[in-house]
Amino acid sequence: MAAAEPLNTGIGESVTRVEDSRFLRGHGNYVDDIILPSQTYAVMVRSPYARATVNGIDTSAAMGSGGVLAVLTADDFSAFGGLPCGWQVHSKNGDPMTEPKHPILAEGAVRHVGDPVAVVIAESKAEARRAAALVDVNYTEMSPLIDMQGAVAGSAELVHSDTPSNVCFDWELGDEAATEAAIAGAAHVTRLELVNNRLVPNAMEPRAAIGDYNTANGEHTLYTTSQNPHVIRLLMGAFVLSLPEHKLRVIAPDVGGGFGSKIFHYAEEAIVTVASKLIGRPVKWTADRSESFISDAHGRDHLTTVELAMDANGKFLALRATTLANMGAYLSTFAPSVPTYLHGTLLAGTYTTPAIYTNVKGVFTNTVAVDAYRGAGRPEASYLLERVVDLAAIETGIDPVELRRRNFIQPDAFPYDTPVALTYDIGNYQATLDMALEKTDAAGFEGRKAASAARGKLRGRGIACYIEACGIAPSNIAGALGARAGLYEAATVRVNPTGSVAVLTGSHSHGQGHETTFAQVVSDTLGIPIENVDIVHGDTGKIPFGMGTYGSRSIAVGGAALANALDKIVLKGRQIAAHLMEASADDVVFKDGQFSIEGTDKSVGFGDVALTAYVPHNFPLETLEPGLEETAFYDPKNFTYPSGAYVCELEIDKETGVIDIVDFHASDDFGNIINPMIVEGQVHGGVAQGVGQALMEGAVYDDNGQLMTGSYMDYCMPRADDLPNVTVSNHVTACTHNPLGVKGCGEAGAIGSPPAVVNAVINALGDYGVKHIDMPVTAHKVWSIMNANGN
Amino acid sequence: MEAFNYRKAGSADEAVSTLASAADGKFLAGGMTLLPTMKQMLATPDTLVDLGGASELVGISRDGDNLVIGAMTTHATVAGSAEVHSAIPALAALASGIGDPMVRNRGTIGGSIANADPAADYPAAVVGLNATVNTNKRSIAADEFFVDVFETALADDELVVSVSFPIPAKAAYQKFPNPASRYAVVGVMVAQTGDGVRVAVTGAGPSVFRASSFEDALGGNFSASALDGLSVSADNLNEDIHASAAYRANLVGVMAKRAVAAC
Repeated sequence: MAAAEPLNTGIGESVTRVEDSRFLRGHGNYVDDIILPSQTYAVMVRSPYARATVNGIDTSAAMGSGGVLAVLTADDFSAFGGLPCGWQVHSKNGDPMTEPKHPILAEGAVRHVGDPVAVVIAESKAEARRAAALVDVNYTEMSPLIDMQGAVAGSAELVHSDTPSNVCFDWELGDEAATEAAIAGAAHVTRLELVNNRLVPNAMEPRAAIGDYNTANGEHTLYTTSQNPHVIRLLMGAFVLSLPEHKLRVIAPDVGGGFGSKIFHYAEEAIVTVASKLIGRPVKWTADRSESFISDAHGRDHLTTVELAMDANGKFLALRATTLANMGAYLSTFAPSVPTYLHGTLLAGTYTTPAIYTNVKGVFTNTVAVDAYRGAGRPEASYLLERVVDLAAIETGIDPVELRRRNFIQPDAFPYDTPVALTYDIGNYQATLDMALEKTDAAGFEGRKAASAARGKLRGRGIACYIEACGIAPSNIAGALGARAGLYEAATVRVNPTGSVAVLTGSHSHGQGHETTFAQVVSDTLGIPIENVDIVHGDTGKIPFGMGTYGSRSIAVGGAALANALDKIVLKGRQIAAHLMEASADDVVFKDGQFSIEGTDKSVGFGDVALTAYVPHNFPLETLEPGLEETAFYDPKNFTYPSGAYVCELEIDKETGVIDIVDFHASDDFGNIINPMIVEGQVHGGVAQGVGQALMEGAVYDDNGQLMTGSYMDYCMPRADDLPNVTVSNHVTACTHNPLGVKGCGEAGAIGSPPAVVNAVINALGDYGVKHIDMPVTAHKVWSIMNANGN
Repeated sequence: MEAFNYRKAGSADEAVSTLASAADGKFLAGGMTLLPTMKQMLATPDTLVDLGGASELVGISRDGDNLVIGAMTTHATVAGSAEVHSAIPALAALASGIGDPMVRNRGTIGGSIANADPAADYPAAVVGLNATVNTNKRSIAADEFFVDVFETALADDELVVSVSFPIPAKAAYQKFPNPASRYAVVGVMVAQTGDGVRVAVTGAGPSVFRASSFEDALGGNFSASALDGLSVSADNLNEDIHASAAYRANLVGVMAKRAVAAC
């Protein structure tokens, strides 16, 4: 038989994105695009105050307003639970974290601007909006707790009156005594206080939800902008509304970006679900952008003191980091895990630091809840580490590249146990650093700096090396650390009778391109064109129980489940083919879509095997079931550990402080790469968000708890002309413990770039003796520092 | 947004009479500020009188040594106009930097100056180029037109019809945009006019103002170096989370020098 034509749609090919055809032509189907018969509209009444008691709510005027069907308050939800937290952290004294109730609607008190107090449901959105303005809430305003240091002071009033303090947990990791001893005896200790600025996630699509109750069969359907529909079904069904799974279907259709903010279970999902049953019609809620700013979980918001101890040769001896992490007013779904197990465990970075200790206090304040945002804890860890290493280089006079090299974990040291609980399986930190330096002409920097100076510009160069831990796992370890969910992924491969394939995956694509990448894995394994592969995701009525997409886990965990399910398909296919060719299955090999017997010209195609499985006239029915459909649940043995080195070169305008990034290179080790084009796109997007955090973005509250940056007039999102031309390179060390050898790439750009940018700014300002500038490093801040007394 | 009556006027006269008959009416030009304000319920007029049908308010013409721009002419039209490019290129450049493409294709010069946002660009052009604002009642000199934050010399029933810009010998506008909104943190128009050198500053204060010390220095020596050592006082300049008064004062000097250099 002639060799099959190469498909060019397998692993490693930059296949253009299958899903873009519908997205670019406006044929996507997002929650707000869905219009159900008799649909009604919900508008939330939200607190204008950061902290107040709710003395009463008069809904009569709103009820009398045109088109209004219902006005609901906390009293209408008294039969239901609060919103659950999915991760329980314990304090260092062994106590579980403080877990105050997070009511669906405010029960007698509001705790942040935007806290939902009531909901109006009407025939149209305009009518609901008009009536919402007529809901008369009687508040007694109180002085809010905004600043974390104020909130943890002994005399502070309480965000939740039924808690002992505003400290949610007081967590630690590492060897405190050994770290203290190493710091006390060190030749040099570099100390730095820094802020990891609060960010508003700003997914392009605002959150939306539709509750649709079917009176005929008692089944609820929730359409929602979620990264993980099964998780929402479990959390809302089991913990909030007491609905069994078979009566609750959750559909997350096309979703326009999440960045973490759409992992969590939000009150609006429960509200529309309950309200639909109450009024007997579908109820849709869609956030407007202003609402997103004050109701989507924010990201980051750490206040940290870090100390790095070194010997006389710059060898790291110990690291100690003490952090206040803002939880906001309520515990969002995974909030406690972010500054603890996703942050403290990363403090070794790429270095051999033998003693590490960290203490993190989670703090309640009268602000929007804070939870995972692209990177989730790992950007905060990478930032504090790479900033203190750079400052140590300045203080010791050791070149920052050389200082990092002296402390890297060596390529032959894997598996490597860090002092903060992780075992890195593989990596080569020198390789990505070398590549990044070469790609950015490190040797030519002094010449470029002089050229910039001649034009009145200060030129700076910053590097940052990062490591992250992706695909949180294994479930039993995560459970021991406080996770209240499993962290496996599921995939079903359904081969249709004529050989096309549907993959039903628990992973969820909200911009990542799974419909292409996952199809490439199928194409590569089964030797069929990707046009013959459908990736089905986002509907609990269709897909197996899976955990969704966050933490760069889709290809590392979901892709692994898919690979294992495909292996089962091939295994069964070999048995069917063996029967057809009257041979032993052990002698059958599968390659390029053909089952054949080595050393013979006997061969049968994948399509024929599929047809035989469903039309089993000539089939070993006594030993094999008909059909060709397999499911795999994959629980990883370990995290994956992407790593890399980023270089940023920038110029500062001395007259205005304006920063212009003139070169940016990302050198990453993501393990094996399925689609290089999509991976590069993920890095670009991550860098855009990282540059945004470093130079532009920052949520600012005033003392009254009003969000000063509550719209794009004041919250500075990076735009195309703010961003550099990012170049990328890759070094591959394949992950040792998953079938595809992949590590994940979704968050790396947002992890590696903020320290690279800030290190470059500090480098540019070398003549001014500046040790540190907190993000966002705006032109205003830079100018103010250059023009401070003495400069 | 509250419900409101919508009236589309076919002419400037009809617009004025329609407004007069409304209890609490407002003219609607491009709506780029008014409509968002209404969505936020910060303005709740009972009637909007749309000026979009008044064709005599649209257009760009040369009148002797003046360039006359109709009030309903959009920023995009000004930015793309060959007439403007040849007469006052600085004005075309200013218009091309307002907002984003949507704003430039909807927003109008009359709407912008009547709104008198302290961070808008056009006020710097009107004052810096010593323009005259022509209304349905009178002509108002640039120096008299802008009064305070969102406040002009216009009466409630007065409609901007056109703006006449004397064509300067040289002019340039330099803007330091707010990184988020891209309004002017500071914008400076420098012009050599028949009246001497004028330097108008927007964004920095409660309303557009002239930097008279800069004008004096440039009158003697029209070069960026003439401004060395000069500065505007930070007293009474705007302060917000984006820029302190001191930073704005600095930017006035920097943008003025860059504008002179660009002339």
